[in-house]
Amino acid sequence: MSTELRFDPIRLPPECAELRKQVRAFLTEHIAAGTFDPHQGGHGESYNRAFSKSVGAKGWIGMTWPKKYGGHERSQLERYVVTEEFRVANAPSNLHFVADRQSGPILLKYAPEHVKEDILPRICRGELCFAIGMSEPGAGSDLFAAKAKAAKVDEGWRVNGSKIWTTSAHVADYMLALFRTSPPTKENRRHGLTQFLVDMKTPGITVHPINQMTGLPGFNEVLFQDALIPDDHLLGEIDGAWKQATSELAYERSGPERFLDTFYVMLELIRAVGPEPDLRSAEGLGRLIAQLHTLRRMSVSVAGMLQAGKEPVVEGSIVKDLGTLWEQKLPARVRELAAFLDPEMTNRATLDEQLAIATTIAPKLTIQGGTTEILRGIIARGLGLR
Amino acid sequence: MPGEASHLVAETATRILADFADPQTVNRDASGSWKAKLWEALDAAGLPLAWVPEALGGSGARSADGFAILGAAGRVALAAPLAETLAAGWLLTQGGIEAPATPMTVAPCRPRERVAIDAEGRLNGRAAGVPFAREAQHIAVLVHDGASEQIALVQSDQCRVSEGRNLAGDPLDTVLFERVKPLRIAVVLPGFTPDSLMLMGSAIRSVEIAGALETILALSVAYANERVAFERPIAKFQAVQQNLARLAGETAAAIAVAGSAADAIAGANQFDDDVFLEVVSAKIRTAEAAAEGAAIAHQVFGAIGFTQEHVLHRFTLRMLGWRDDFGNESYWANELGKRAACRGADQFWPWVASR
Repeated sequence: MSTELRFDPIRLPPECAELRKQVRAFLTEHIAAGTFDPHQGGHGESYNRAFSKSVGAKGWIGMTWPKKYGGHERSQLERYVVTEEFRVANAPSNLHFVADRQSGPILLKYAPEHVKEDILPRICRGELCFAIGMSEPGAGSDLFAAKAKAAKVDEGWRVNGSKIWTTSAHVADYMLALFRTSPPTKENRRHGLTQFLVDMKTPGITVHPINQMTGLPGFNEVLFQDALIPDDHLLGEIDGAWKQATSELAYERSGPERFLDTFYVMLELIRAVGPEPDLRSAEGLGRLIAQLHTLRRMSVSVAGMLQAGKEPVVEGSIVKDLGTLWEQKLPARVRELAAFLDPEMTNRATLDEQLAIATTIAPKLTIQGGTTEILRGIIARGLGLR
Repeated sequence: MPGEASHLVAETATRILADFADPQTVNRDASGSWKAKLWEALDAAGLPLAWVPEALGGSGARSADGFAILGAAGRVALAAPLAETLAAGWLLTQGGIEAPATPMTVAPCRPRERVAIDAEGRLNGRAAGVPFAREAQHIAVLVHDGASEQIALVQSDQCRVSEGRNLAGDPLDTVLFERVKPLRIAVVLPGFTPDSLMLMGSAIRSVEIAGALETILALSVAYANERVAFERPIAKFQAVQQNLARLAGETAAAIAVAGSAADAIAGANQFDDDVFLEVVSAKIRTAEAAAEGAAIAHQVFGAIGFTQEHVLHRFTLRMLGWRDDFGNESYWANELGKRAACRGADQFWPWVASR
């Protein structure tokens, strides 16, 4: 508990520049081949198995993991470059991204050796999509209210209950899920949840897609009816998942995906204002640039701390809090700044279309992966307020 | 990244400032008698001329060391011309001019103001918003001579100084140069423009604002844990926690962007587009953080924080005042927006990602 915050000015090492060139060349090739449209931010086909396999073939999934599991033993900062370039290009990475960001690292830490040898190389090849089974109908931000139950039986664990709002479950090969294995104790209401690796093909699992307000699929309800999970798919400590959760937060919360989700409207604004913007447009744009640069430098700094083996939970939560609020507000700011521009300008239709998409997805940005309120609670705890 | 030496310099600065410029003590001292002793100690440690090489009369510290001193000055909301003397020493060094061991300041401090030189080598012009001009014995002046820039060392009693104050009540004066004969004058290297001085000044103020915010956060958290209302410390109320988390966010943003700008200057040979992006962003974002942060901190402290007696205003008003020096955030936002638009959409992300 401390009010001392550290954000060292980490610079990307020289190998990152070469890597960035390769990533840009790769993305340019795929754009030229029609794999995806970089101007279709936020609503392009975001799951693409063939594309994810080609990303895996480049060695850009599981980049930081040990070679013996198919990884490439590269740095967090190199991974950072790949992540931000993919995000800015609107490349479809939903299929492999969650596995790369958080499921893989959890398996690396807690899965039995033979499970790691089986699954991690397939993630690295871009073959596996992961979902995260946390939220339930009665347990969202209040994760420790989860009720879906795993009961010990001779063959392993029998699971009953449901998960909801589960992103990617309709295409996922696996899920990392929290199930209740014991009731909470009086002293510790976080006690009693255990983390499992779940094969989505397991009999007894059904997935019902739930359309989002954008009109597109994304959410799912996942029902478990006597689904059997083998013993070796238990991850970490029985009843002790709460101890495993915190260190992952820094990974999940501080990356460039936490402020670049609506970036395409900013690029379109720069196109719209032209080379000689008026005072209002220039000042508004300048502020957005300063804010973006700041977020990026904070995020790179956290990546540097992760690379140094630290667990910057508070710093990571701050990046997500500021970053998601910024990317949420960005379409509103761009809309204001574009209000008095020439209505006949050449990219008006594109800008309007992108603003509509960004404005529609904006509300989810401060909810997914830890709400603003939860993040601020974590920051407050770090400051020693609770 | 700050190395061993920076730690030493920062520790020395922190110790001297704690001994001679403690905000609580300074707040009670209406006479300003603390200033002379402070300056003696700073001078003895070689801190005011940290950015001046030994050959020019300074202590020859690294760029990062100077910024570490400024961070420490911000953390006590220092009301003495340490930052200004550091800046003046740095400016004189750009012209190879030996720095006097006196309190100094720099001019001009506003982006569009120019001091000219006439055929007889005398300075003419007006510089407004010059911090601590009346307390400085010397002024380092960036002189605009048609196409090229020169740097001059001027004795401040040769200028007409009309007194003004910033939000915190610190001297913010207008300096009139009327046929002022400089003590020394020198040509600067090509590539050094009036913007270079504004950018250095902006980086300095950004680092000081970040330092002030660090202390404001620490004070606010400590107060929330100690102040009891409705039978519990106000830190236990979620509304207060969420506000303080926001203050931590603004502080974090200021620390990160100011630290990055200082690092960019330390690693650069000139004030190119990349340094421009870093420093201008720092000035804009720390100014925004100052406004947000001051409002939150005052909300946490309530009425007690709005008194003369409490130290909070020393930090909040000073950092709000610092926003205006060397180009405010609106000025720089316009410049940054214009530069980005001129480079075009396709060159935008590569620019941001290059840092």
